[in-house]
Amino acid sequence: MLKLTVNGVAHTVDADPEMPLLWALRDHLNQTGTKYGCGIAQCGACTVHLDGQPVRACQTRIGDIGAAKITTIEGVSGKVADAVRSAWRGLDVVQCGYCQSGQIMSAIGLLSENAKPTDADIDGAMDGNVCRCGTYQRIRAAIHEAARSLA
Amino acid sequence: MLKVRQATPPVPSRRAFLGGATVAAGALVVGFTLDPAKFARAAAGPDLSALPAAPNAFVRIAADDTVTVVIKHLDMGQGNTTGLATILADELDADWATVRTTFAPADATLYNNFAFGPVQGTGGSTAIANSWVQLRKAGAAARAMLVAAAAESWAVPASEITVESGTVRHAASNRQARFGELAEAAAAQPVPQEPRLKDPSQFKLIGGKVPRVDSVAKTDGTAIYSLDIRRPGQVTAVVAHSPRFGGTVKSVDDKAARAVAGVVDVVTIPTGVAVLARDTWSAMKGREALRVTWDDSAAETRSSDAILADHRKRLDTPGLVAAKKGDAAGAIAGSAKVLEAEFTFPYLAHAAMEPLNATIERAADGSYDVFAGCQLHTIEQAVVAANLGVTTDKVRLHTQWAGGSFGRRATPGADYFAETASIVRATGGKAPVHLVWTREDDMAGGFYRPMVVHRLRAGLDAKGAITGWEHRTIGKSIMIGTAFETMIVKDGVDATTVEGASDTPYALPAYRFEVHNAREGVPVLWWRSVGHTHTAQAMEVFVDELAHAAGADPVAYRLGLLGGAPRLSATLRLAAEKAGWDPKKAAEKGRGLGVAAHESFGSYVAMVADVTAEDGKVKVNRVVAAVDVGVAVNPDVIRAQVEGAVGFALSSVLRNRITLRDGVVQERNFDAYEPTRMSEMPVVEVHIVPSTAAPTGIGEPGVPVLAPSISNAIFAATGQRLRSLPLDLAGLKGA
Repeated sequence: MLKLTVNGVAHTVDADPEMPLLWALRDHLNQTGTKYGCGIAQCGACTVHLDGQPVRACQTRIGDIGAAKITTIEGVSGKVADAVRSAWRGLDVVQCGYCQSGQIMSAIGLLSENAKPTDADIDGAMDGNVCRCGTYQRIRAAIHEAARSLA
Repeated sequence: MLKVRQATPPVPSRRAFLGGATVAAGALVVGFTLDPAKFARAAAGPDLSALPAAPNAFVRIAADDTVTVVIKHLDMGQGNTTGLATILADELDADWATVRTTFAPADATLYNNFAFGPVQGTGGSTAIANSWVQLRKAGAAARAMLVAAAAESWAVPASEITVESGTVRHAASNRQARFGELAEAAAAQPVPQEPRLKDPSQFKLIGGKVPRVDSVAKTDGTAIYSLDIRRPGQVTAVVAHSPRFGGTVKSVDDKAARAVAGVVDVVTIPTGVAVLARDTWSAMKGREALRVTWDDSAAETRSSDAILADHRKRLDTPGLVAAKKGDAAGAIAGSAKVLEAEFTFPYLAHAAMEPLNATIERAADGSYDVFAGCQLHTIEQAVVAANLGVTTDKVRLHTQWAGGSFGRRATPGADYFAETASIVRATGGKAPVHLVWTREDDMAGGFYRPMVVHRLRAGLDAKGAITGWEHRTIGKSIMIGTAFETMIVKDGVDATTVEGASDTPYALPAYRFEVHNAREGVPVLWWRSVGHTHTAQAMEVFVDELAHAAGADPVAYRLGLLGGAPRLSATLRLAAEKAGWDPKKAAEKGRGLGVAAHESFGSYVAMVADVTAEDGKVKVNRVVAAVDVGVAVNPDVIRAQVEGAVGFALSSVLRNRITLRDGVVQERNFDAYEPTRMSEMPVVEVHIVPSTAAPTGIGEPGVPVLAPSISNAIFAATGQRLRSLPLDLAGLKGA
């Protein structure tokens, strides 16, 4: 039995400590907002925050998490999260939407560290998040918009 | 309350759709025969105005004022749910803030796609086009019923009643009621069969900006995709498939797999060996522990290079004639200049972000519930029913949001539905089965855009005018052997192999288009824009070559050939104008503009790409697009689809290809088949041609023109012609 704190709630999970956090969230805790895309940290669809830092849940073993706080798309909150969600909705960024949980978690991570990211900063922070629908232009615009609204 | 009529189980249709279910080589094979006559009538442009108004099938109005529009199509990101709701809500004069959507059940009698004849399904960029009249009538009829209910209740003439934003009013008596208050009485009104439709000048939502219906749920983690389905007691299945297409299971040693913690069962099914476990991770671990010996005696064991070499050899011989006019060979023989070119195209995986998956649950009464990103409902329902030995009325489909498709979910044999059903059958329906294809299963699982080669030859007279055009194509037919064969394939020519070439709008004095159907064991399928993915590159790059050989401006040269295609011409002109196309302006060294224009699925798209070429590298800076899709139902969704088409297609222009070594797929995940990333995304500008023509689709038509506009821009920048895809950048010399 492992203890995991997800979105402020303590859970116990009966699973192999080797299990990636992605599958513990999705299959054991029914937190399905975090998505499976590749399983090898090439797409970013599974991005969650560990103590506020974006990580790929498919590469994070539950046995290694310890007391770190896990935040997922379902629970992420605060000024930056609100600004990002609002910009995403205002610009109708989503298409299929499957990658967007990860995109949003990465964008919140970026804006939490860098209040006014340049296009190059956005490339650096977001290149690991694949959107097969190709919504990148709107993701970029939404990050700039969120930064403006937070300024 | 206006509600959806209880769908009549289409029991008799089973005869129409099931040509016969037979057991062959241990696999349940379902054959379909669709009625080609019915399809031909639909494809030729059905008289949609004669449709009965069916508000009960498409809209529910609840006492709390919510208006729920029933969506008969799959939304895999293209935004058709927003578009379809917009059409109905506009005629209804609903308040957009109260509009909700729900996916329709499988019922081809109510929800067939008019472009597919008797089949309910989504594809070919038809969702808006085939629903336009149907949903306008449904909305207008529901509006008339609300008005009639108010007129009756207030004892005033219906003609004096107005409707605006979800409120029904009678000004003279100063009375008003919300939709929700009138819904029950409205449901009792007769359905008007010829409700008056709005004049386009009265549209309030169509052509304007409405927020997407899915933006909120897709930004807070609450949108449910089929991979998120969690049924009580469900088990997750991962399947070991043959590494080679056509391979079958010879023997299985599942001892180690069964010993993996969490694994609950291992069953052999027609498509491989399924490992069932309490969670996905355990199922994947169990599969790793399986020892399967495969029988490759009927499998495709060639490498893709060998298949390509075979394709090219067959191109030396005459093929089936897809279209001809005059004596093309004779005309070319007498020309002042003759140009020849060959274009090769690789297999491409769809690689939607959500890997293929489905869930099937057996109900207590022996019927089944299917949860998936259903794209060909009628076929999927019939395939599940046949594999489980029940009639189609015992199979209920629950369509979920799909995390992309790009064509892959619409498989004529409903492959992954059949696989899920076969696991349910093999396990006796004890627990709901949640089938998950990993990324590797999805990418290596076949049903690719076919590997295609085009060979072209054309003559120019002394003034640079085209004299004749010879064009030979080889690729595996997508349609032969499927339920759609009788509809699409004529005299052996599969229209989806030559569409966009043999029906070119360019005025050619003499031409001959030939096609070979390749023989190979790699399963192929439509991939966002189907044949146009390769024909547009061959046509638009070769026309560009002819323009340059003629010493003409590429835009002017095309316009000179497009006299019979006014809409494509206007679209091309708009793109050129917005991109600042100037034939007199000298090209910067290493930077160039390239143009392409192409019609697909009844929509017209032109693009101008601005490209910087360096040694072995290309950066696409900007893409300016113009589109004519008839009435623009949701202009912002249309812009999004074209922006997205650029992002989607760019990686297939720059690097993506699926290859086989001795029959085994080499690219299995995003590391080897890398989609476009943020830093590569060009600025995309989309301009919409104003139109009052009936709307057409935009899910696919943005894709075909990207590759040729980039190829042509590279030529403008460097003088080098890169014809084949992905572009051979290794040899590119920049400025």
